[in-house]
Amino acid sequence: MDDFLAARLQMTVSFVFHIVYACIGMTMPWLMFVAEWKWIKTGQQVYLDLAKAWARGVAIFFAVGAVSGTVLSFELGLLWPNFMEHAGAIIGMPFSWEGTAFFLEAIALGVFLYGRNRVSNRMHLISGLVVGIAGVISGIFVVAANAWMNSPSGFDWINGQANNIDPMKAMFNKAWFQQALHMTIAAFASTCFAVAGIHAYMLLRHKDNDFHRKAIRIALSFGIVAAILQPLSGDLSAKNVAILQPAKLAAMESLFKTSEPASLVIGGIPNVKEEKVEYGLHIPKLLSFLAHGDFNAEVQGLDKTKKEDWPPVPIVHFAFQIMVLMGLLMMGTGILFLIFKIKWKENLDRKWWLIWLVGLTPVGFIAVEAGWIVTEVGRQPWIIYGIMKTRDAVTPMPGIQYPFYVITLIYILLTIFVFWLMKRQILAIQTNYQDILSHD
Amino acid sequence: MIEIIIFVLGIAVLLYVLLGGADFGAGIVELATGKKGINTISKAIAPVWEANHIWLILAVVILFNGFPRVFTTLTIYLHIPLFIVLVGIVFRGTAFTFRYYDIQQDNTQKHYTRIFRISSLLTPFFLGITLGAIILGNIPANVNGTFYEVFISPWLNLFTFTTGIFVTLLFGWLASIYLIGEAHDDKSYQTFAKTARIFFVSLILSGLSVFLVAEIYGLHLFMKFSQSLLAIGCVTLATVVIPLLWINVNRRNVLQTRLLAGIQTACIIAGWFAVQFPVMIFISGGSDLTVWNSQAPERTISLLVDALIVGILIILPAFAYLFKVFKFDNKGDEATN
Repeated sequence: MDDFLAARLQMTVSFVFHIVYACIGMTMPWLMFVAEWKWIKTGQQVYLDLAKAWARGVAIFFAVGAVSGTVLSFELGLLWPNFMEHAGAIIGMPFSWEGTAFFLEAIALGVFLYGRNRVSNRMHLISGLVVGIAGVISGIFVVAANAWMNSPSGFDWINGQANNIDPMKAMFNKAWFQQALHMTIAAFASTCFAVAGIHAYMLLRHKDNDFHRKAIRIALSFGIVAAILQPLSGDLSAKNVAILQPAKLAAMESLFKTSEPASLVIGGIPNVKEEKVEYGLHIPKLLSFLAHGDFNAEVQGLDKTKKEDWPPVPIVHFAFQIMVLMGLLMMGTGILFLIFKIKWKENLDRKWWLIWLVGLTPVGFIAVEAGWIVTEVGRQPWIIYGIMKTRDAVTPMPGIQYPFYVITLIYILLTIFVFWLMKRQILAIQTNYQDILSHD
Repeated sequence: MIEIIIFVLGIAVLLYVLLGGADFGAGIVELATGKKGINTISKAIAPVWEANHIWLILAVVILFNGFPRVFTTLTIYLHIPLFIVLVGIVFRGTAFTFRYYDIQQDNTQKHYTRIFRISSLLTPFFLGITLGAIILGNIPANVNGTFYEVFISPWLNLFTFTTGIFVTLLFGWLASIYLIGEAHDDKSYQTFAKTARIFFVSLILSGLSVFLVAEIYGLHLFMKFSQSLLAIGCVTLATVVIPLLWINVNRRNVLQTRLLAGIQTACIIAGWFAVQFPVMIFISGGSDLTVWNSQAPERTISLLVDALIVGILIILPAFAYLFKVFKFDNKGDEATN
């Protein structure tokens, strides 16, 4: 296998794996915090049980997230040393802040997971809040660093060297806000829908179980807000990409020719050779509106980019379509939920609604993975957009396929183990959770 | 400015060795004690190992932000040992957590335990190998050479092997000292005191062997140490501490033992920094990477210093709180036991 391809695949595998745990690590503390807060407020045992049950899962996810995040921080150098040699001084800053936030998160999590009998209820609750806030902040810093790769700023590139470095300007680049917002909301939507789906499954098996019903309510209260906000944040992101990375937007939409106005393509199969989309549904003028807020605006197509600098169009196109579809599914569910909440409340206890929630369990994470494929593959062939090609950043060490095989094997094994552990956990909790949790 | 960064880097390395080292060492100790130690070890490291692990992340971030060329030189030429370290970190952390948190205790625990122990042994060994390679100076100046010359021989030799052993024993020893204080009954106290003594003697011998083997490679560590006042001070203090430590372990003075072990480790690291400064990585041919020739531009350095100062002001009190809750306060144990 080509070393460059192996390095890219290893990065992909590491990232696809880690992001799931990162999302869960960012979101679950908030759900636990709410459960615990409700327990303190209402005194209902079921909320405490819920906080404890979730904590057991979070401990596992957090550990896997912490170690796989460590792998990524080293892989930046192990696989892309030439990138880090130049980028380290420019975007190291958000990483150093992220380190601080993550540190605080790990400390507070230690208190939250293991300190229930050692600190006051109030201190315990506060530690949960600190985990949640620090988690979101550390996520934002990491995404800001990624946004810099898409929208490099804060330096002058002269003769292959970065000069006049300004890390502040680099961190607060033109894409950081849109990306950080989109990712934070995505973390909440994906995790909350997954949690709701799992508890819906349990509720189907154990009717009228208050534990699972309250779990769904807490998870959905976050998930619904996130799902409804996400398309709006997506719109901000799309407008941002249209200006900063027109080639990425063109690949997302398979817009081969610059058009004025441009129509939105839904679905379809891009044919890169003949530069057209087969089968898709074309909605006139809509892309112009979505990208620039004007139905007649010009949207730059791939024809303005040298063909050798095109991202792999079909991958980006399909990933984008999948992400949007999953996002719309969640948004639709959110709106439906609100309608039921106001009127026809009884539907929220109906079997079909629970089955629907079960079906939605993975959609948020599918959307997250697809979205990152759009971001990362859509930037290719660049590692720093317009500045450095990914190929030029790769390590000179040959034989990269071997670490790639090892990492892939480890992560496949870990995925199987985590699924298996969670299944054991959930099944055990369903039968005698009070007995198990009383020891925590 | 840069001195502050080096100082924080030193603190991060020290705390990673002391705390993260003790967590890895706990797995090594488990290899020695078997079933006897499991309960104490699990309870002792579960609440703190993730926070302890992040000192390593801090060190890495300081390197790639403040000294990008140092970071990339390490990741290019020491790719293989670093990769093994990573694999070890992944296996250790997950196996430990799975073992601790699995809701059903059955046969699978055995496998987690085996993986936990082996990876706890492997990771410090390869960290030590990496360290040895940094000191030895066999890292080539460029990638022109055979695969063996460029990517293997800088880290696979007798010297790095001895530093690998040294770090492994250091971690095992620190864990024993740490676990002595965590033991709640006489039997487990005796167990850990015994491993502490064995590790301590082996550690001193292994430290000597590092110096001797260095001479074979033309690396005159004895001479280098004798030329630095700080290094001489460190070695002297570390030597004075040896008998004190031995006595305190026998007398079961938990706090004093931990303190002395901390001083001893700080001496080792400070001595190493003193001998090495200002070189960060010795490169074959003499074009070493120093603090001065590899640091990031001034603006980056000054922002990194700000971040580190603010970060330390946030982290240290929080860290102290974590340890106060779990390490100096036993009311929780009475409530659960």
